[in-house]
Amino acid sequence: MTNDKLKMSNGGRIIKVAGPLVVAEGVPKARMADVVKVGKNKLIGEIIELKGETASIQVYEETAGIGVGDPVVSTGMPLSVELGPGLLQSIYDGIQRPLQELLKASGDFIGRGIAVNSLDRKKKWDFTPKAKKGDKVKPGDILGTVQETSLIEHRIMVPVGIEGTVDEIKKGSFTVAQTVAKVSGKEVSMLQHWPVRKPRPFANKLPVREPLVTGQRIIDTLFTIAKGGTACIPGPFGSGKTVVQHQLAKWANADIIVFIGCGERGNEMTDVLIEFPELKDPKSGKPLMERTVLIANTSNMPIAAREASVYTGAAIAEYYRDMGYNVSLSADSTSRWAEALREMSGRLEEMPGEEGYPAYLGARLADFYERAGYGVCLGSDQRKGSFTIVGSVSPPGGDLSEPVVQNTLRIVKVFWGLDYALAHKRHFPAINWLLSYSLYLNNLEDFFKEQVADDWSNIRADAMRLLSEESELEEIVRLVGIDALSAREQLILFVTKSIREDFLFQSAFDEVDQYTTLKKQYYLLKVIITLYHEALKAVEGGVELDRIKAMKAIPQIARARLITEAEAENKLAQLASDVVEEIKTLKGAAK
Amino acid sequence: MIKEYQTVTGIAGPLIIADRIPDAKFDEVVDIELPSGEIRTGKILEVDGDRAMIQVFEGTEGLDISSTKIRLKGRGLEIGVSPDILGRVFSGLGKPIDNGPQIIPEKKLDINGAPINPYARDYPNDFIQTGISSIDGLNTLSRGQKLPIFSGSGLPHSRIAAQIARQARVLRGEEKFAVVFGAMGITFEEAEFFMTNFRETGAIENAVLYTNLANDPAIERIATPRVALTAAEYLAFDLGMHVLVILTDMTNYCESLREVSAARKEVPGRRGYPGYLYTDLAMLYERAGRIKDKPGSITLIPILTMPDDDKTHPIPDLTGYITEGQIILDRGLERKKVYPPIDPLPSLSRLRDKAIGQGKTREDHPPVASQVFAAYSRGREVRELMVVLGEGSLSDVDRQYLKFAEQFEKNFLSQGENENRSITDTLDLCWELLLILPREELKRIRDELYQKYAHGKR
Ligand SMILES: Nc1ncnc2c1ncn2[C@@H]1O[C@H](COP(=O)(O)OP(=O)(O)O)[C@@H](O)[C@H]1O
Ligand SMILES: [Mg+2]
Repeated sequence: MTNDKLKMSNGGRIIKVAGPLVVAEGVPKARMADVVKVGKNKLIGEIIELKGETASIQVYEETAGIGVGDPVVSTGMPLSVELGPGLLQSIYDGIQRPLQELLKASGDFIGRGIAVNSLDRKKKWDFTPKAKKGDKVKPGDILGTVQETSLIEHRIMVPVGIEGTVDEIKKGSFTVAQTVAKVSGKEVSMLQHWPVRKPRPFANKLPVREPLVTGQRIIDTLFTIAKGGTACIPGPFGSGKTVVQHQLAKWANADIIVFIGCGERGNEMTDVLIEFPELKDPKSGKPLMERTVLIANTSNMPIAAREASVYTGAAIAEYYRDMGYNVSLSADSTSRWAEALREMSGRLEEMPGEEGYPAYLGARLADFYERAGYGVCLGSDQRKGSFTIVGSVSPPGGDLSEPVVQNTLRIVKVFWGLDYALAHKRHFPAINWLLSYSLYLNNLEDFFKEQVADDWSNIRADAMRLLSEESELEEIVRLVGIDALSAREQLILFVTKSIREDFLFQSAFDEVDQYTTLKKQYYLLKVIITLYHEALKAVEGGVELDRIKAMKAIPQIARARLITEAEAENKLAQLASDVVEEIKTLKGAAK
Repeated sequence: MIKEYQTVTGIAGPLIIADRIPDAKFDEVVDIELPSGEIRTGKILEVDGDRAMIQVFEGTEGLDISSTKIRLKGRGLEIGVSPDILGRVFSGLGKPIDNGPQIIPEKKLDINGAPINPYARDYPNDFIQTGISSIDGLNTLSRGQKLPIFSGSGLPHSRIAAQIARQARVLRGEEKFAVVFGAMGITFEEAEFFMTNFRETGAIENAVLYTNLANDPAIERIATPRVALTAAEYLAFDLGMHVLVILTDMTNYCESLREVSAARKEVPGRRGYPGYLYTDLAMLYERAGRIKDKPGSITLIPILTMPDDDKTHPIPDLTGYITEGQIILDRGLERKKVYPPIDPLPSLSRLRDKAIGQGKTREDHPPVASQVFAAYSRGREVRELMVVLGEGSLSDVDRQYLKFAEQFEKNFLSQGENENRSITDTLDLCWELLLILPREELKRIRDELYQKYAHGKR
């Protein structure tokens, strides 16, 4: 052994390197899930298995050049995130290193062994106290606030583990690491640490009761997601998972968005980075970036950090939820995380389960989605917050029977199934309306009744019924031709074409079309359903279907989705009554 | 002093196992010396105690246990680069094979590269005109995009790739342009086809070729795309050139990976390909792109042949999950003598919407493209319906769609191998075809545009 190696022998030493898995022996104070520094470059890793004297480590950076005998030291800390002002508008890698800082350290290409703080230690924030000296406080209580962005007030909460009387509270400009208060002798700063794999607790969870409004018609009207709910979007490549996730991140009425690019394309993150600062929040007119945290562990970045990235995102999301915000997290794609699990499991030579995935895949997915929810946050003021999780799934060959899709469907309550055939026709969003579902509709019915329209659920039910009849009728047409259908059946096909093309079809790239309020969604669909009911009476009363098809209102319906929000209510209500009137004249003429 | 080990204890497939080699590092390059003096190149795949598993790029044929010598190089696999690589032909490992002089390297680069920081990327949104209507009009290529061609054996992917390489240009400005060509396991004829093409058009002076042919060592193919992309990164980001990289055939590359994985006795993923195939391909494909404040770019066109024309086969499937779209060739169209036989419906360019429209191509481009897709897809449905039910079952509108589909294939999809259509021609052609259909059917086109372009022409 060389001198060099002898010197290191008071630390652990590597005995095996196989890609992202490193095995070391004799690591002092090795504990499961603790972060370690690997090799002379001090690469960041995490202990994922302990057996006697040996520790198996997944390394979050490229391991080329690492060899047997290289040192390993434990930091004694589990993989944690830094929480505090400055998270918003950041873009992090999977282990919360700011990409901007990595750029400063190693240029356009990511180097190795770069240790950087997640939150800026120099930046000063204006801290406004909310608690007073002498107040009794417990975890979750709000000590003070910081205007983090012009859109979001950051609430500095008493960290878990601290409780008692406020001895001192400051006001003014501080860095995240400086003390802003003393509680029962303990100094509290604006910076907290939290182990990513441990869920941050709710005071208590409640049933969901409000929709997360996304402005996407097929989602809001047919397959609604709730604030605090869970949804998945499985689909083959090119079917529109990422576009749906981007639309949600842009338009969902959440207060905070956490977007995780997990093992996907670099340019998709660039797209968000360029576009979001330009886009304005529909309510406040402020840049959408001001409510957004991005996590980018793209497909060419180290695989183990993909697995960490979803937890990093969840911990940040929960932290804002704890402040009483509605937070929505998009994970694109959870399959890449599952593949990272499979890869590490394979290297550990664990017994492979279905398609090589480890047996604990289902449990890991369940634990993750269980972190979502709506409820009362920690703290005395009983504030409520929600955390919604939407995960993309990328099944090989688009085959929904594969393990990641199946295990996910067992947990999540909303399923938006994307469809090759629709995507090829460029019918977007390519969400298959026969396959998809939302289990939140009952919880949300009251909301729609009160906030949108009394007959919302009837209209929705009509649309769903017609669409499912359409698929049966199409089957008949394929076999024997359209002439075999009755006038009523032909009318259904005419109306469902309109539901598909004039309501469900929604371009993500059209200024007006990309976002539709609930009101406009309702009026738009109402016009089409009105057309159906009125035309049905007319057809049954002897009016020829061709006369219905030739109505003046039809081309107007076709372009109604492009009516601006400002004009929507008036114009669409007018259009509905035009439909009624025009059919009345047709009926008159038929007599 | 470089240490030499004569400690090989096992040889299996493309791998050798060496014992008592304690200084070996993961991913390190080794020289492997045969008694004849021949030197091969190996890479360390795993170190376990003082044992190392080594992958031999040139294959293990002729190696023996007792006399094979191994020398650790203390670094990863590198190539030397300089502006002189332009116009040259190299082996799949980056050694000159054109009888030209050795390259005097300006610098040496590790062929694995390093991931581009997503924060450093610039979005690829500059329209590239390839002169091929179905690409430019419907599945547009951008500078810095990675857009593969999914082909099948016997389909004209090489001709299309060569046509793109010949015709590709941006609408504004003239810039430094280069082609990097990486061949993995293709035949001499195919490689020669590209060379002749580059020579005839003079493109050879700005081309760099890395060729591993069908009769070259299969494991070397694992290095070839990395070598090619490393050269491309140098040309693009050091020399500021716009580089088009063509990699063909990725299917052969993946098979070599599978061979190594099988030799390592790894738990196989789908169809025997390793579970890390996605990540491995991503490390290649993601090297395409643009970087902020740098003038150059890497546009990547990998070509792969789909086994059994099956798009759900792991190679096209995983590729499609990584690349920014795909151009799919269709045997049905080929049979109808449509060249290029690109089926636009399953094809996709994810970057299209940011690269076209007002100020980029023409304001009507986005809605026209969307409408043409919808119409052609409807036309094809009608055609299928007609096969089952006969022509008599078609409505008037159905018939119009049918006509649209026929004309579209004949006049739009089909074009000459040397026909270089401008984007204006392509879009005008779209309008001509769309006018086969009644106005009510063209729901994706607003009145203003319809008036301006449809009636303007009539
Ligand atoms: N709502 C939409 N409106 C318009 N185009 C869409 C829409 N959704 C998807 N697309 C098109 O489909 C392409 C692929 O979508 P993407 O979300 O990237 O697919 P995936 O993530 O499933 O691979 C996009 O680049 C875009 O061209
Ligand atoms: Mg995607």
